[in-house]
Amino acid sequence: MPSLGADMDEGTVIEWLVKPGDTVHKGDPVAVVDTDKAAIEVETFAGGTIDQILVPVGERVQVGTPLATINGTGPTPQPAPAPQRPATPAPVPARPAQGLPSEIQGGPPEFPVGNPPAQRAAPPATVTSVDRLKASPYARKLAHSLDVDLTAVPATGQRGMVTAEDVRRFAANPPRPSTQPSTKEPTTTPAPRHVVQQGSPRAAIARLMTRSTQEIPHYYLSTTVDLGTAIAWLSRTNRELPVAERLVPAALLLKATALAAQRHPELNGYWTEDAFRPADQVHLGVAISLRGGGLVAPALHDVASLPVHDVMARLRDLVERARAGRLRRAEMTEATITITNLGDQGVESVHGIIYPPQVALVGAGRIVERPWAVDGLLGVRPCLTLTLAADHRATDGFTGGRFLATVDRLLQTPEEL
Amino acid sequence: MTLTLQDARELVGNTLLRIVPDADLDALPDDAPFRDELELDSLDFLSFVELLSTGSGRRIDEDDYPRLRTMSDCIGFLST
Repeated sequence: MPSLGADMDEGTVIEWLVKPGDTVHKGDPVAVVDTDKAAIEVETFAGGTIDQILVPVGERVQVGTPLATINGTGPTPQPAPAPQRPATPAPVPARPAQGLPSEIQGGPPEFPVGNPPAQRAAPPATVTSVDRLKASPYARKLAHSLDVDLTAVPATGQRGMVTAEDVRRFAANPPRPSTQPSTKEPTTTPAPRHVVQQGSPRAAIARLMTRSTQEIPHYYLSTTVDLGTAIAWLSRTNRELPVAERLVPAALLLKATALAAQRHPELNGYWTEDAFRPADQVHLGVAISLRGGGLVAPALHDVASLPVHDVMARLRDLVERARAGRLRRAEMTEATITITNLGDQGVESVHGIIYPPQVALVGAGRIVERPWAVDGLLGVRPCLTLTLAADHRATDGFTGGRFLATVDRLLQTPEEL
Repeated sequence: MTLTLQDARELVGNTLLRIVPDADLDALPDDAPFRDELELDSLDFLSFVELLSTGSGRRIDEDDYPRLRTMSDCIGFLST
């Protein structure tokens, strides 16, 4: 069970994407894990043949617990370890069957997970709440695309949860009424509305944000950016584009933020073990609100090097997968700086809380028309309040101020983004 | 291509449900701005426009967006 975020102590396998005998290659997704916040695809760190599934669907295990064994070159147990540098071969625990979590280290720095008892997760009792969603997010999406009525699908997952496999099986072989003897009674009551992963995602966010405010001395900066040029450029550009390729202001904002982070590397990286470790690339975490509650901030990788049209496409893909519960491990663990955009919710500014172990969080509010002086003349321009919350251990306000000024300047020449 | 009122309503409703699968459209008044009601962000709205454009075979420009605020707006836009 890999650690899929600084706040994760345990996880539940909600779907296996492989079975014993399957051949896998390093990097293949092998399982879907529910982290309390989202369902994440977990990939294997070793290639070979799946030997044994050690953790069945529905079982909640500690981070570090081996999930499956893989026969590769020799019998290499596959521990799906906590974020491991891709170049490093997976470490080989002596006995995969031992349930003890191994020490988590290496890879993108993580906050130590689950050591101080005071910060441990609430007991699993909360998780067995009867109000839980009765289908995984992916199962829901799949059901929709296959036009399957979820309430009619016999559930085999934990606590009566409908898994994606259930949906597939059902779609492939829809049972006539009363010819489904063995599985559970299809429930006739519709899945509860508005009850999405109640309790636990909130608890996960609570843990992480509490840790952040307790440990990180934040400082906050704010500036107002004239987006007149950028919006006009977007409008011209979009006129030439089919809807599917049109850009939204957020795409420009993401690109400008990533470029600025690249130019101010003191804000891009991790604070671990009393020192700042800059990251090589800018993996921009994007805060995404999930329908029905909850928040994830998965990373768009290496945004600074992407053309703005690619940033847009990747952003759409990321948001869609986040809401469908199909994020990948690397996306959940590798953000080096995060941006939150609450503009669509109507507020003008947001002063965020940093995702540890990152050291900066950029906040964007709603784009509003404001009186604005340009060259001594007053006009009405679309304006954006841009904020920075940064870790004072890693940087001073001077650095943060230059960073925001860089974002502003970059947004004045959108055609160069 | 112009849709009938009924087809337009159905297309808009189905499109919204693609984006917000558990939206309660019966509780959404025709004159309610659904971007607020259903909490659509700019990406959701873009998907909405994309699906609406595909479903109706009609080009929708950014300048048309203000005419797509409510169910009534959309039906009017698609059926004229």
